Amino acid sequence: MDIDALAGCLASPACLVTQTTSGLIIGMLLFLVAVGLTLIFGVLKVVNFSHGAFYMFGAYFAMTAYQLSESFALAMLCGAAGTAILGLIFERVFMSRVYGADVLMQLLVCYAFVLIFDDVVRMVWGPEFKSMGMPSAFQVPPLFIAGGVVPPYYLLLIGVALAAAMVLGLGLARTRIGKVIRAAAHNPGMVSALGINTGLIYGGVFALGGMLAGLAGALAAPVRSLTPGMGFSVLIESFIVTVIGGMGSILGALVGALLIGLIRSFGSLGFPLFTEGLMYLFMVIVLVSRPSGLFGKEVA
Amino acid sequence: MTELQAERASETLSTPRIETRSFRSRYLDVLIALIAFAVLAALPLFFGSKALLDFVIRCSAFGLFATSLNLLVGYTGMISFGHGMFFGLGAYGFGLLMQRTGVPIPVAFVATLAITAVFAAIIGAICVRLKEIYFAFVTLAFQMLIHSTILTWASLTGGDQGLRGGIPRPAFLGIDLANHVHLYITSCALLVLGLLLMRQIAQSPFGYTLRMIRDNARRTSFIGIDVWRAKLTIFVLAALFASTGGMVMALFVSGAYPEFAYWTISGEGIFINMLGGVTTFLGPTVGTVLLLVLNDTVTRFTEYHGIVLGVVILFFAIGLRKGLMDYVLEWYAQRRGGPGERG
Repeated sequence: MDIDALAGCLASPACLVTQTTSGLIIGMLLFLVAVGLTLIFGVLKVVNFSHGAFYMFGAYFAMTAYQLSESFALAMLCGAAGTAILGLIFERVFMSRVYGADVLMQLLVCYAFVLIFDDVVRMVWGPEFKSMGMPSAFQVPPLFIAGGVVPPYYLLLIGVALAAAMVLGLGLARTRIGKVIRAAAHNPGMVSALGINTGLIYGGVFALGGMLAGLAGALAAPVRSLTPGMGFSVLIESFIVTVIGGMGSILGALVGALLIGLIRSFGSLGFPLFTEGLMYLFMVIVLVSRPSGLFGKEVA
Repeated sequence: MTELQAERASETLSTPRIETRSFRSRYLDVLIALIAFAVLAALPLFFGSKALLDFVIRCSAFGLFATSLNLLVGYTGMISFGHGMFFGLGAYGFGLLMQRTGVPIPVAFVATLAITAVFAAIIGAICVRLKEIYFAFVTLAFQMLIHSTILTWASLTGGDQGLRGGIPRPAFLGIDLANHVHLYITSCALLVLGLLLMRQIAQSPFGYTLRMIRDNARRTSFIGIDVWRAKLTIFVLAALFASTGGMVMALFVSGAYPEFAYWTISGEGIFINMLGGVTTFLGPTVGTVLLLVLNDTVTRFTEYHGIVLGVVILFFAIGLRKGLMDYVLEWYAQRRGGPGERG
């Protein structure tokens, strides 16, 4: 424990800025993964345990696309589109078979794919650590805000994630498709009776969730190292985020992700070894005091 | 609702029909357990292979763990994602007691159970109020909290290296656990005894109360049963058996590692239950053997054992849609019922 370091940082604006931005990028990446998770749970009522694999695939797709084309935009596109297609296939071929079944069966199918996907990545890209490297467009001197160092790429990352949150929130609240999705979450039988293809909605939502996780992976590829199984810690953390924020709530995912991001970045100063423990402690406290999460609908 | 009323309510509900049946079947259970133990204990006489004995010891550890998890998942409908914390707690508690205090093994065994009971009572009191997926998550959070604590508190637990230097195994009552065959027989005895006890819990009126809670918790509370107390009781009892499994594991590897308390152990427990089936008592034990055989053979043939394991799980989840024992039982019932209907 190192409370002095934490207090010292809180007193200095430069350190405060640096830690806050690093907390924000952790939070934003987590948000993109968690919001897909929460969306899939909200509409399909499935806890997608294999969601971390989409994050991982997003990162690997982006890396390969970048190595082939040298284009950062194309890499992001490949990461997002590739995982969207993967999500669609995964949902239509496998997950749709276990909707009626036990929750445990659904978890089991996802668990099977966690194992399979990790090994597929190991086969295709090899078991060693990989790195995509920072695209040349972002190899510029960092910005200084109040004396704190902020790489420009971080700003892009935060911007993209915020934009995704806005588009998603507005899309669900304002558009016709958004309305249909919300209706399907509420009463799929009735939606289907009205002549809307719910299978397509389910597949679409799963693809969207997968795409967001893939985008997060692609965005993370330049700043994180890539390894099979990298999706796992992200998955656990985004579970914490969704549980804290409330399953099914987009705003909850955003707030939860930012809280976890900040806990991680500041916690690593004050409690370097117990950072993870802090997150779980926070989750326990939230669950015990508000079982449905900060923004979830009240459950009995 | 007073405690007395609640007890009377549960008695009147379960007494008449079950009593006579369970009375007879209790003797049958003991008989089966004795035979099973005799067969297991005789194994080293015929097969000297150390690998086989090791395999059975590992089965004992995970069998105890998985069956205790089934008391929660299958019988009470409480899907715990953090049951592995008690496995880890048992391994670490036992290992630390033996290394630090040098008490005899039975004392350390009982003390570890007591420690586990205290932890389980505190954690359970917080968790069992929550339902379904929230219960799963909060148990998972506690599991990870304990895992983080083990990693952080390196001066006590050895951090990520685990408890090293071996666990001393002084002989007691003529049993020398440093001897491989003695360790094997002790593990088998613990497994058989543990299964027998859990079977008695499952078949008791209390066990039927648990099934009732699983099927309809609200009605159960309407007829005067304190659901929270029943859930907490089974949570603590299941933790004790999981802890015993952890102690067998600690004795076997002569140490304790953070992985024992990691959430993957809980995941494996759930997986074993699904493989074997949750509707029969022996399902988890069968699942344990199945998973360990699968793990051992697959790792021998390919480094990509995740793919093979994944495909097998998919076969069970999408193909059979139930555990092996559930499937066998249904098939057997159909076969027996089939000819009768025709004839």
